[in-house]
Amino acid sequence: MTSELETAAHPENLRRVAIDHVSRVEGHGKVTILLDDDNKVHQVRLHIVEFRGFEKFIEGRPYWEVPVMVQRLCGICPVSHHLAASKAMDMIVGARQLTPTAEKIRRLMHHGQILQSHALHFFHLSSPDLLFGFDSDVAKRNIVGVAAAFPDIARKGVLLRKYGQEVIRMTAGKRVHGTGSVPGGVNKSLTADERAALLKDIYQMVAWSRDAVRMIRQLFEQNLAFYNAFGRFTAHGMSLVRADGAMDLYHGGLRARKADGSLLFDHVNYDHYWDVITEDVKPWSYMKFPFLRALGPDDGWYRVGPLTRVTNCDFIGTPLADKEREEFLAYDGGSATGATLGYHWARMIEMLHAAEAIKDLLHDDDIVGTELMASGPRAERGVGVIEAPRGTLIHHYRVDENDQVIRANLIVSTTHNNQAMNEAIRVVAKQYLSGRELTEGLLNHIEVAIRCFDPCLSCATHALGQMPLEVELVRVPSAGHFMTEGNPHGTGGTVIDRMTRNMRGVCERPEDSGSGT
Amino acid sequence: MTDNTLPTCLIDGEEVPFTPGQTLIQAATAAGKYIPHLCWHPDFAAHGSCKICTVKADGRFGAACTIEARAGMTVENRTTELDDKRRTLLQLLFVEGNHFCPSCEKSGNCLLQATAYEVGMMSPHFDHFYPDRPVDASHPDVLLDFNRCIMCELCVRASRDVDGKNIFALSGRGIKSHLIVNSESGRIKDTDFSAGDRAAEVCPVGVILKKRVGFAVPIGGRKYDVSPVSAQVGAQAPTREEA
Repeated sequence: MTSELETAAHPENLRRVAIDHVSRVEGHGKVTILLDDDNKVHQVRLHIVEFRGFEKFIEGRPYWEVPVMVQRLCGICPVSHHLAASKAMDMIVGARQLTPTAEKIRRLMHHGQILQSHALHFFHLSSPDLLFGFDSDVAKRNIVGVAAAFPDIARKGVLLRKYGQEVIRMTAGKRVHGTGSVPGGVNKSLTADERAALLKDIYQMVAWSRDAVRMIRQLFEQNLAFYNAFGRFTAHGMSLVRADGAMDLYHGGLRARKADGSLLFDHVNYDHYWDVITEDVKPWSYMKFPFLRALGPDDGWYRVGPLTRVTNCDFIGTPLADKEREEFLAYDGGSATGATLGYHWARMIEMLHAAEAIKDLLHDDDIVGTELMASGPRAERGVGVIEAPRGTLIHHYRVDENDQVIRANLIVSTTHNNQAMNEAIRVVAKQYLSGRELTEGLLNHIEVAIRCFDPCLSCATHALGQMPLEVELVRVPSAGHFMTEGNPHGTGGTVIDRMTRNMRGVCERPEDSGSGT
Repeated sequence: MTDNTLPTCLIDGEEVPFTPGQTLIQAATAAGKYIPHLCWHPDFAAHGSCKICTVKADGRFGAACTIEARAGMTVENRTTELDDKRRTLLQLLFVEGNHFCPSCEKSGNCLLQATAYEVGMMSPHFDHFYPDRPVDASHPDVLLDFNRCIMCELCVRASRDVDGKNIFALSGRGIKSHLIVNSESGRIKDTDFSAGDRAAEVCPVGVILKKRVGFAVPIGGRKYDVSPVSAQVGAQAPTREEA
């Protein structure tokens, strides 16, 4: 199932185009494209530098420090790491069953995270593409442009995100990088005042989340053929589901569905996740490629995240989101469930689910309870899995008798989606780039496809919905030099064209390039 | 209420009474006045090593924990000049160790962090040393994370003078100074150290930590979340009950 565009058959005499993102967090992610003289695309690859460093420097640290430390992986969804690590450490301290208060406070925190992250992604990062068009004026194609043209939409986005952040602050102690979840439970529950403050606005948040689902549905309706076809590919999928098959973003068993919709496995206990998935390494990427063991490294890659979760579960446990899910599945004969842009629709259904789940939890008296901690027989190994905003997140630790972490393995959502994102941009490159001169608008099509997955690199790279880019067209003197991508600037060829786009979204050609050779 | 029979000195223009024999920091503390400090603790003999409590007494720099108060003495304490020097000393302490507040369980209860906030330290300024200081997790109840040691010797004094065990000491000279454990192996498990020792709760930073209780207190409820260190005079390091 791997695309023929992963590796060009004859890289000789192809031009190499690199979309080199500057990332603020984990080094960089970039796209490389090999083109022939007719601008036909022969190879497309997405490269991302990821989190291996954390796995190393967590070694030797006391286990109770890990949930607080590992969340520094990310500033956008730190709660996911905070909770996945806490769940793993629950196993270390033998807390197989949390107290009702602890479990519900964690769920509240997590749904606050889902709400704020999905709102941020849809309104701040993706709505500019969707509202103005993928190749619209780049100067307007950002959240500021949205605020000017659609002030009501921008305002809802900002306030939805703010509400999610408040849920996190009240459960974790801080909006970003709190300490609320600890091995075996939580260190605080809600006060009556906090509960009242959150209850005051939650109905508005549910209503706005419904509006957001309606908005992405309308965008599909207005551009059906285009939205359906854009970057479309088929893939297997994996997510957690509850024992009764419901969507559960906090806890459950692993379910994988093959591309044809049939179940590959279901309700697998994640504490032995390595029985069903494992990781492959490819020489051209820093990031590993996980795959489903039963299907092997070539065919076993899969997709995670909102689109997979919404289609993989049997139903959603909150009524409004469940109804939207049914409509999504039925829409146009189910076409949107296989569309890469369907991620946005599914994400908004999840945001609605998160808002409803928060509402239900706020009405549950356990969230103001005082039984916060549980414990049991000590274990050496802990695995914690959670459905983070971007997909399944796996934390796996071993802790020695001195309480020190001796091994850590993290498989983050973006890593699961590695191959899927590569497939998406290959389809887009074939659809829109092949045979055409590069323009900023065309390059943005690649980014639109990447943004569908809401990968960490996209949310980490820009404040205003802009990825700073530098694109070089390089003529390579001889075969063999194409494969030097480990050294992003060491192509050894002659630069025949260079385009940069800065943080303000302004595209320019530096004066000393583009003269041709 | 000022006792009119006691002699007084002037600290930052305010009259502070003292009992003859008291140091400036003792007198100030008794009067509820904050002089920034790290290695000083009211229950222990002055050490005079961190120099954070440096004041200008009658025009001369000196450590407030070692200068005896004298009648009529004029003392500058929280002046821009002195806080600038304190900030520099703090920056030096931060870069000499590995102080990663974001994931440190002492955060919010740490005197070093609180003092840095107090004097407005916004950056480390100097290059980090990144010293290699492995943790000692060998004790069943206590973790030693030497990364955060500022060599105040409070644990040395507490173990020697209160616990009578003499478990900690400083070794090496100059930049190679470091805290050591007094056992054949150099490991804490081979000493008679106990989590109930005074030395186990006197550390002003996050070196000597009770195991498995980190992050039990939520953000907002930690010692220096409630009020800054300057408003908690007389309660330097968190007591056993608070920690």
